[in-house]
Amino acid sequence: MIERSHHDMGGLPAGRVEPTEHDYAEWERRVDALMVLLSGVKGAPKLMTVDELRKNIEALPPDAYERMSYYERWVTSITQVMIQRGVITTEELGRKMQEIGRRDANKV
Amino acid sequence: MKDSGEYQPYSYFQLMEVSLRELLVEKGIVTEAQVAATVADMRARTPERGAKVVARAWSDDSFRNKLLANGSQAIEEIGIDVPALRLIVVENTPQTHNMVVCTLCSCYPRMLLGIPPDWYKSRSYRSRAVSEPRSVLSEFGLFIDKNIKIRVHDSTADMRYLVLPMRPTGTEGWSEERLASIVTRDCMIGVAVPKLI
Amino acid sequence: MRKAYPLGHIRTPFYIRGHSGVVERICGTFGNPEELAQMRSGEPRQPLYRVRFLQHEVWPAYQGNPGDVLEVEIFQHWLE
Repeated sequence: MIERSHHDMGGLPAGRVEPTEHDYAEWERRVDALMVLLSGVKGAPKLMTVDELRKNIEALPPDAYERMSYYERWVTSITQVMIQRGVITTEELGRKMQEIGRRDANKV
Repeated sequence: MKDSGEYQPYSYFQLMEVSLRELLVEKGIVTEAQVAATVADMRARTPERGAKVVARAWSDDSFRNKLLANGSQAIEEIGIDVPALRLIVVENTPQTHNMVVCTLCSCYPRMLLGIPPDWYKSRSYRSRAVSEPRSVLSEFGLFIDKNIKIRVHDSTADMRYLVLPMRPTGTEGWSEERLASIVTRDCMIGVAVPKLI
Repeated sequence: MRKAYPLGHIRTPFYIRGHSGVVERICGTFGNPEELAQMRSGEPRQPLYRVRFLQHEVWPAYQGNPGDVLEVEIFQHWLE
């Protein structure tokens, strides 16, 4: 299992390709945009690389990797990188998520 | 939290996105305006841009040669911006069909064509495109004769790929605009070929 | 291709390790993704090659044209 990482799937058996597509939601597009900005493509300070993004996605447990959608994996990975690099702390993130969770609950 | 139907409660990951973004804005790393502008910028990157490149290559042999020699440079020279893209253009011929995949994640020429479709990132495509290309192509309705060779390109590092499909017969004298209209995104990934409509 | 299975972030797919191919082109020199992933500089930059493999040599049960190929970008340090 460790010898071959879960993401490294070339040549493994799999089912039919379902030609699904979906129109990406705004939050997904914003995740994509954050990655573009944070990797320095569009003038914001370069704070991470696509390699770190990939590494953190690859580190997801296999069942999480399968269950999560593409941009759920991305937002998790980007957030992990920001914590790893000390741009944000776990504490700050936790407090912000609580704050927004409360704000959202008040919005009717 | 009650779902009143007026709004959707955030999923855990949506909550993470909002929180991350607000923290980054508070710390002066990005602005909301930058995020919005970047979203708009990516929305504007669509397969139509790639179709223009293909149509030009079909119409202009010297452009086609430039494109095959240095994809990004040729594209920028015709005024289509592709920042940070290192593009290799691979040409379909009567003897060879090309197909692109990223088995390790989902690398794709985003700056030219925009965000890739779900299926390109799926386990099935990423696993089987390298080992059973004809079978995968048949699931897209594309049947490649056994006499034709298939080249599968796995985008494992810094390069990105665009398939230059063959120009169909029956398109003699067509304008570039009309040619571009039959070039779909799937033709440029290599899971389809242009059809006359 | 080297037949090695180390840990860390690697851009050489599992399926191709240990196989032999032909260099199709050199793409240039790029930062080492294995190092960049660990928040290091990616130096020394490594030459990147496109290597072409015959499908029927990679997959034991491959069905197709004997000339079918698989082309993969490989960093120099994975070649031997």
